[in-house]
Order: sequence, then structure tokens, then C-alpha cells
Amino acid sequence: MTASGAAAGAGRAGEMAFLQIQDVVKDFGGGSLAVNHVSLEIAKGEIFALLGPSGCGKTTLLRMLAGFETPTSGRILLDGQDLANRPPYDSPINMMFQSYALFPHLSVWDNIAFGLRREGMAREKVAERVEAMLRLVQLGKFARRKPHQLSGGQQQRVALARSLAKRPQLLLLDEPLGALDKKLREETQIELVNIIEEVGVTCVMVTHDQEEAMTMASCLAVMSEGRVLQTGTPAEIYETPASRFVADFIGNVNLMDGTLVEDQPDHVVIRCPDCTHLVGHGITGIEGMAVSVAVRPEKIRLQRAEPLAEWNPHNRVRGTVRDLSYFGSFTVYHLSLPSGQVLKVSQSNHERHREGELTWGDAAWASWTPSAQVVLTQ
Amino acid sequence: MSTLPADFRAAPPASDEAAASVRGARFARLLGRHGRLAVIGIPYLWLLVFFLAPFLIVMKISVSEMENVNFKDLITLKDGVLQLSLRLGNYLYAIHDDLYFATYLSSLKYAAVTTVVCLAIGYPFAYFMARARASLQPALLMAVMLPFWTSFLLRVYAWKALLGEQGWVAEGLMAIGVDHLLVAGGLIPALGKFMNSPFSLVLGMTYTYLPFMILPLYANLSKMDMRLLEAAADLGATPAVAFWRVTVPLSKAGIIAGSMLVFIPCVGEFVIPELLGGPQTLMIGRVLWDEFFSNNDWPMASTVAVLMILLIIVPLAVFSRYQAEAQERRR
Repeated sequence: MTASGAAAGAGRAGEMAFLQIQDVVKDFGGGSLAVNHVSLEIAKGEIFALLGPSGCGKTTLLRMLAGFETPTSGRILLDGQDLANRPPYDSPINMMFQSYALFPHLSVWDNIAFGLRREGMAREKVAERVEAMLRLVQLGKFARRKPHQLSGGQQQRVALARSLAKRPQLLLLDEPLGALDKKLREETQIELVNIIEEVGVTCVMVTHDQEEAMTMASCLAVMSEGRVLQTGTPAEIYETPASRFVADFIGNVNLMDGTLVEDQPDHVVIRCPDCTHLVGHGITGIEGMAVSVAVRPEKIRLQRAEPLAEWNPHNRVRGTVRDLSYFGSFTVYHLSLPSGQVLKVSQSNHERHREGELTWGDAAWASWTPSAQVVLTQ
Repeated sequence: MSTLPADFRAAPPASDEAAASVRGARFARLLGRHGRLAVIGIPYLWLLVFFLAPFLIVMKISVSEMENVNFKDLITLKDGVLQLSLRLGNYLYAIHDDLYFATYLSSLKYAAVTTVVCLAIGYPFAYFMARARASLQPALLMAVMLPFWTSFLLRVYAWKALLGEQGWVAEGLMAIGVDHLLVAGGLIPALGKFMNSPFSLVLGMTYTYLPFMILPLYANLSKMDMRLLEAAADLGATPAVAFWRVTVPLSKAGIIAGSMLVFIPCVGEFVIPELLGGPQTLMIGRVLWDEFFSNNDWPMASTVAVLMILLIIVPLAVFSRYQAEAQERRR
């Protein structure tokens, strides 16, 4: 019943996808499947992120792409070629490892040249390619250093240069920025995307950090317990999550359980313990069915005065400010509702000081528009 | 999300806990001042009393003149003349005499061969031990250490029986025709005669010192980051290339430590050459023994001992200097 973005990955009809993961299963034994019938299609030149909590199977899937694990069943096709039974040293795929796995006994230069030398490339060509890679990641000055003489950010760039040096058809990134601190991570995200786009390589990355996935990837798949729950662009996943798990995992959300009480051609009404929701975007359902309504904190307005809108008395609720967290650019209020549920509301601080600012214990009205909610059945 | 500041919630530390931490700090300070000295000092004192002092005595004997059964004093004061007499003849003799030179050389040779054989056997063993299931590793480690539970002398003696005529190792080797190869290589004097040959000597030393090679290698290899091998494979290295280009260079420290632990005692080894060696396998330990106890020429014996120590210490010092420099460069 939701407008779903699940078809987004496979939506580019006509041409065959560059990387096809077809019904792949990985069973390590022990009851549950690490990867449970996953099918994905990834277009050429795309940066695709596998996002999920730890243990969701995303790393196992990545390792199968790299050739370190063999699928129990299913097929992986790269440019139409089956990757099955191809050892990792014989595939056009390179990986940037989590915390980099740089060879500690080799210099930056030799680390980058490692893969090229294995191809038996001529000495001058190796030098040429390594120099080009060093320029790409701006590490020319550090060519003779050993990895442990570099900062975390520099090591990350060496790892990237090493994995790009062989000009792979597919680049795999395993938690590419996991080892960096927050400030550096934000800078590096953009730098990394720029480099990948400059090279033009198709890229699959694994991360548990939704911010990282959303800023870097053009398309992402949310995984949980070995399954892909939803595929789509970051905006699709954020604005139209297909399930409670996805809504909750990606960003902050207020989930309210309720019952569908009115089904009209242009809207539905859902009754929750604290309020009623009028949802206006072309959805339909059976009266009496149990659903969840998801509203993002930034889509809610908070004010002292009673909100007046054409959809009154729907889409509003009164509560008490129980907590507030000031983040600088915005403030998150925790509003206690009559039923005991807490509603998170974030308000951007576009003025330095506001008259009558809400504080602990104040009563306030929260309101939202009929297009702010997403209705979920699972 | 609670906005209570952290220190607001933190209870004041319980009073007896605080007292304990104060006592701990006082103890640590006391240790800091004298404890470090004691901990480092005791082994140094040990080395001073039981190594450096005897070594100096040996050095003194090596330059002393014998007078019947006593040594002449090095420094004498006679008629107002202070005389220092160092007899260097033994050193000159030891350097110029072919026998000593050949013996030193052959000691180094057998020690080197033993080290290489130990490495060749020990490396794969340590490698697979480090890669074995974690539950299996203690048992494998135990197996390596097990020989230490019986007397070293007994174990070396056992080889005499095993390799002697009708010894079952000897019979086994003959059955598969190894003795033909060994004779061709000049490692045993005749078919079926394994004892008192270069072969039996190297076998005995390898057998004895193998654990000293395996243990440091195992310690090193078991710490290796397996993802480096995956990275190598990912970049196109076959398992063999990854081993040679990644595993071996990264285990260099273990290889060096193991080799030192085997090589150094092998150079001066006495018991094994005595029991398993033969006329062909001159080693410095036996020459030393002969000088001391057959010839009773203590100054000469001391000279041989001093030269042996120099022989080992000089390359060791050069090596450790190189290591220190490499460390410095890395920083």
C-alpha cells in the first residue's frame, strides 16, 4: 500500500545491469542464512551502498563479490560474466579493506605498485601508473614513507590508490571511512566520491553509517538479517521507507501505531492513541486495518498557540516538552504525549534568539501537513 | 535522551575505595623510584657475577704465563719497576694454526647448516600451527615443548642407538635408500654407517634445537593480520606469491630470532658433537675440552674460548646495530 522505491535499483529497464546479484544465498551453517536470497542490480558508474546494522550480511555479500566467499547458491554476474569459482587473485574487482590492510613492510609506492607488479606490467608502466595514482590522491610527497608513518586519512588515501591502481571494473569499499574521526570523515566522504567519479569506476560500498551511505551513494540497499529490505536512492529511502525497520534505521522517525478508520478517494484517516492522521497522498486500504504512521521530526511544527489549518482537528497533538537537545543548527524537542509516547520534533534555529522559546515543562502543539506522513503496514 | 550532565549523576567514590587507590598510588611511587632499579638490577647483577666476571678471568688466563701449576701475575712490581706482561702468543698461535682456523670454520659451517635445516623444517611447522584451529593450537604447542620434559643428554644418547647398526631409524633409512644419497653427498663415510658423521651431527643438532626455531616463529606468525593475505589475493597475488611477498617479509623478525637461538648455541655445542660427531666433524667445543682436560693447557684453552665468543659477538653486534638503525629510520 505504500508508494515504494523498491524497484528503483532494477528500474533502469532495457539495458542489462552491469553487476547482477541473482538470488544469492550464503549459509555458514548454524540455523540462519547469512545472506538470504538477495537479488540486486547495479548500473555502471553507480556508487551503490549496502547499509545495515552489524551482522546483517552486508559484509558477507561484499566478500562474495570480492571472491573471498563462495555463494551457497545463486549467481553473481559482472558485465554478463559469471564470477563463480573465480579466485580473488583472478578477478577484475578490487577492494579497499576496512582499516585498509596496507602492507606494513612496504612503502606507499610499493603498496600501490603491488597489484601492478603481479600483472607482470613493465617497470616504466608501473612507475607511470603509480605516479598517476599518487597524484590522484595527492600523496606524491609521501611515496617513500611506510604506512605507519602516515595519518589515518593518508592511509585511507593510500588504500584507495592501491585498490584503484589496477583499474578494476568494480571497486568494493568495506566501511571506507570507519577508521576516521567524525570531522575528517565528512571531508573525506566528498573527496572519496570525487575521486571515484573522476576515475568513473562502479563502486559497491558497505557501511553501517547511514549518513555516510546517504552522502556518498547514488543508490542504496538497506539490509537486515540477511535480506534486502529496500533499494532506492537516498531520498526515496528516506522519504518513502517501505517498512518500520527502514524508517527507523534511516534517520530519526516517530512511529505511531493506529487503525485506519476512514478511506476516501483523496485521503485516509488513521486513528492513533494521541491523535488522528489525515494522509492525503493517494493511498488506500481497508477500514479497520492496523497500520503504523511514520513522521520525521523535521516535518513537524512546534508552537505554543493552537494550530489552525483546513484539516483540523487532524494532524496535530498537544504535549509537554520533556527534554530538549540543542545541536547548534537545530534543536530536538521531546514532547510527552497524553498516552505516554514521546514525539521527537526538530526545529531549525534560523534565528539567533527567539521570543518565547520553548523550554522544559512548557505545553506546546505539534502539527504536520497531510503529506508529511508515511503509512507502513510492515 | 537525557540531558543530565554526567558529573551530576556520578556518585562520590566510596571511601574505602579511595583509600585503596591512595595506598596503590603510594606503592606505585615507591616502586617507581626503587622497584625499577631492583627489577633491572637483579638480572644485571647475575650477569655481572656469573658471566662478565668469569669471562674476565678467562681473558686473564688466556694472556697469562704458566709457572708449573700456577699462573704468573700479569702485573708485577719488582725493584720499583711496574711490569705488565701480556702473553699474546696463544692468540697468534690460534690465528695462525690451521687446525684452530679449520675448527672455527667447521663450527660455523655446522651451525649454519643446522640453522638452515631447522628453518626449513620449523617454518612450515610454525606456519601451520599458527593457522590451525584455535582449539588445536595449545596441543600442537605442547607437542613442540614435550621433548624438554626428558633429559637433553638422554635424548641425544638415544640417537646413538637409533642411528647405530641395527638401529631402527638406520634400518628405515637404508630401506628407502637414503644412505646412497648421503654417501654420494659425502655426509656419511659408508653405506649403512650413519653414526659419527656430518649427517648424524646435523641431525642431532637439528633435533635438539628445532623447538628454539619453532617457538619464536610461531609467536610471530600467529600475530599476523590475515587480512593482509586477503589484500594480496585481491591485488592479484596467487597464494604462493602472497606467501613470499607478504608472509615471509612480515615474519623476518621471527626468522632472525629463531636463527639466532639455534645458531649461537650450535657454534659452541659440545655434547652433541661428542656423542654424535666423528673425526670429520671438528667443532670448537671439543677442541676446547681437549685443551682444558687432555692437554691441561689452560691459557690456550682460554684463548680458544675468548676467540669463540668474539666470533659470535662481533657479527651479533653488527647485526643489532643494523637493526637499531633500521628502527631509527622507521621512526
